[in-house]
Amino acid sequence: MKPKKYLIILAAIVGVTFALQSSAAELGSLRGPIDIDQDSKAPEIKKYPKDGEPIVRDYVQQPPLVPHAIDRYKINLKSNKCLGCHSWKNYRQNDATKISQTHFEDRDENVLANVSARRYFCTQCHVPQANAKPLVENEFKPITAISGE
Amino acid sequence: MSSNISTEKSFLKSLWRTLRKPSVSFSLGALLMAGFFSGIIFWGGFNTAMEMTNTEEFCISCHEMEDNVFEEYQDTIHYANRTGVRATCPDCHVPKEWHYKVLRKIQASNELLHKALGSIDTREKFEAKRLQLAQNVWRAMKANDSRECRNCHDIDSMDFVEQGRRAIKQHSEALETGDTCIDCHQGIAHELPDMHSVDPTTVVGGN
Repeated sequence: MKPKKYLIILAAIVGVTFALQSSAAELGSLRGPIDIDQDSKAPEIKKYPKDGEPIVRDYVQQPPLVPHAIDRYKINLKSNKCLGCHSWKNYRQNDATKISQTHFEDRDENVLANVSARRYFCTQCHVPQANAKPLVENEFKPITAISGE
Repeated sequence: MSSNISTEKSFLKSLWRTLRKPSVSFSLGALLMAGFFSGIIFWGGFNTAMEMTNTEEFCISCHEMEDNVFEEYQDTIHYANRTGVRATCPDCHVPKEWHYKVLRKIQASNELLHKALGSIDTREKFEAKRLQLAQNVWRAMKANDSRECRNCHDIDSMDFVEQGRRAIKQHSEALETGDTCIDCHQGIAHELPDMHSVDPTTVVGGN
């Protein structure tokens, strides 16, 4: 009885593997259905808008999006181009949004005098937006509390 | 030795005497023409030699320039952009007007000294001195109202309407308060130095 049981399990595994493989073949890769030795067509380069009004959040905890181009902005240990306008010292003069108070806390919630190291690399959360078609369908709608609709 | 010096002295003396006396064998016209043409050659030669030191090729013939500032420069809008109009090192760092240019060239002898001393002959030495070097340039540009920027960027020809909303505000305010280009546009052609001592609110760990 026992060997038969194993055989059934083995057959099931083989069957599932084949089924998965065939469904994988149907999935299109982002590269498109092009053979590996052929050149794929490069997608159009998306341009970030140079400058715009602040973009309204879509959900409460969302890091605000960057409404302007940030090409060639440097963020390293020597300087942070973003903070040149968005730091609490500079935001008034530059009419910019100031960084949130949460950015002054370390991971133990101690409040620091300056921006916390874990919040220093702005582009980890804050990103500019190009007008690009979504790769997958998305029907997400912001809640009324934010959108006012 | 002493006889050598005395012959040299007597030669100088006779030369001085000849120079002070009116010419006997050359006509005034010939002397004037000779003076005129040698003037063109020497003056032209001087300016040609000076212009040869006024090229990007000359600037980056030192590895200090090629490996540090020029390397970073190639990543910026003044080197690579959509129209291909670009600035070379002397466009920003050497004045166009003749007397300012000669003054800058005399100052550059200090740079030759530090090339000889090897003051910034490694990346580490350069980074250590970078704040001081950058501040020297910022100070000079502030003092001359960003003269070299304005050789190309004329604020009277700037159409603010064509600019982004941040730039419109900043540029029209700058006009009123008399700010100069370098007050805001630092680090646009080369990387910034460590900004801890300049604006600690823009650097991690500053306070």
